[in-house]
Amino acid sequence: MLKYLKPSQKNLRFWQLGVLVAVFVVWHVLTKPGLVPPIFFDNDRQAAFFFGEPIKIFARIWDWFFGVRDIYGHLWVTLLETVLAFAIGTVAGLAVGMWLALSPLAAAILDPYIKALNSMPRVILAPIFAVWFGLGIASKVALGFTLVFFIVFFNVYQGVKEVSPTVLANARMLGASQRQLLRYVYLPSATSWVFSSLHTSVGLAFVGAVVGEYLGSARGVGYLILQAEGTFDINTVMAGILVLTAFALVLDWAVGSVERRLMKWQPRSGETEKL
Amino acid sequence: MTPALSLHNITCTFVSRDAPGARYTAVRDVTLAVAPGEFVSVVGPTGCGKSTLLNVAAGLLAPSAGSVHVFGEPLAGINTRAGYMFQSEALMPWRTALDNVIAGLQFRGVPDAEARRQGEEWLKRVGLGGFGDRYPHQLSGGMRKRTSLAQTLVLDPDIILMDEPFSALDIQTRQLMENEVLELWAAKRKAVLFITHDLDEAIAMSDRVVVLSAGPASHPIGEFTIDLPRPRDVAEVRVAPRFIELHKAIWGVLREEVLKGYEQQKRAA
Repeated sequence: MLKYLKPSQKNLRFWQLGVLVAVFVVWHVLTKPGLVPPIFFDNDRQAAFFFGEPIKIFARIWDWFFGVRDIYGHLWVTLLETVLAFAIGTVAGLAVGMWLALSPLAAAILDPYIKALNSMPRVILAPIFAVWFGLGIASKVALGFTLVFFIVFFNVYQGVKEVSPTVLANARMLGASQRQLLRYVYLPSATSWVFSSLHTSVGLAFVGAVVGEYLGSARGVGYLILQAEGTFDINTVMAGILVLTAFALVLDWAVGSVERRLMKWQPRSGETEKL
Repeated sequence: MTPALSLHNITCTFVSRDAPGARYTAVRDVTLAVAPGEFVSVVGPTGCGKSTLLNVAAGLLAPSAGSVHVFGEPLAGINTRAGYMFQSEALMPWRTALDNVIAGLQFRGVPDAEARRQGEEWLKRVGLGGFGDRYPHQLSGGMRKRTSLAQTLVLDPDIILMDEPFSALDIQTRQLMENEVLELWAAKRKAVLFITHDLDEAIAMSDRVVVLSAGPASHPIGEFTIDLPRPRDVAEVRVAPRFIELHKAIWGVLREEVLKGYEQQKRAA
């Protein structure tokens, strides 16, 4: 029995789940009024007030999805904003990254401005975007875009710069035209960089959407969280955070599965098998 | 007869990007011609600008002075009649061996089915029949070189440029590959310009060996016709009396340059 419980590659999932359950159990024990005597707080209700109670949080989530069923509209808006920001930011980052990597003069001219734009705290643009694009989806997509774009851009730029000169010369000798070089050499060569950036930017697309909603909106999960905070309903805030985290994980997994399909040419260490 | 490839008074001077005043002349006034069907090797001490010459012939590098003619036509841009086998890894790592072999055909717009058929055929010819679906990192160094060879030859170039293609291989694999190349060359009789630092390899394979002086500003200092009978086996020909004679003669010219080059590098360091 103990042998099976010892952490190993086989029961990895079991232990991952175990960590999750443990966190919630500890959380529950420490916050449930009356379960442990208050050590830090004045009375036994304060812990629940500040940190929420897992059972109520799950009840809230259940209610959202299967009870009152009122989260779908909000979730749809947030996901739409995220996916749009992610897609537009990625495509733009890819295009501009390619362009600047392949025309050194343009890159040299724009270099200080790109650095400036990148180091600017872009979350501060959210109120401006709200003024420009209104309180609807567009302002959140714009904010997410600014976050996603630079990450993808810098990675593509680097990726294209690091194409092996020999591979490039070889493709030219084999008769590749400028467009074919782009399609068959630069793009595939930059993909590993692009994917490493996509994992980071999925999370940031969510940040853009939620922060945007938080600063001014009438729909979305960020809006729900803001409303709940207004009434000190910490359970709903936590529930919103959990739902967002779950969907961020789903998106990240989707990126990962596309990556595994496209990057199967990359060497992986330790491919042997013990017989 | 018009030479397949002729370099006329080629000079290549490189300017350092960081210090525009610092110049380095790799080769100076090199004149070299390769007849159709001729196998010419260029040997020289390390760092003497052999690869520079090959890049000029390929059209990848514009010479500072001088002209390149391909079958009588002046060369502008990439030399489309030449195939180039690089010294370092040149396969696209994201393509399988077969996809790498047919890359050139794809670039030329050959229909996919036809390209695949030719690609498979060439893979078989270089002894990689069952390895078409492997990625380069799954192949050994020798197999990758064979794939490169197939990739170059599937386009049926009139001129084949080779830049120390086997220098990274162990001696056994190397001799196998040399024999394979000789066999393929004998069947098609293309013009070959072969760069190597290995005198044995140069003599065993070529019709003519050109010796370059030590850099900077290296230039041909000797030319030897190799009159060993063909077909040759690169391992067996090495013990032929005529081979040893030629080796002695060429090494007599080359040795001084090798020492000179070594001295220069030691001083620079």
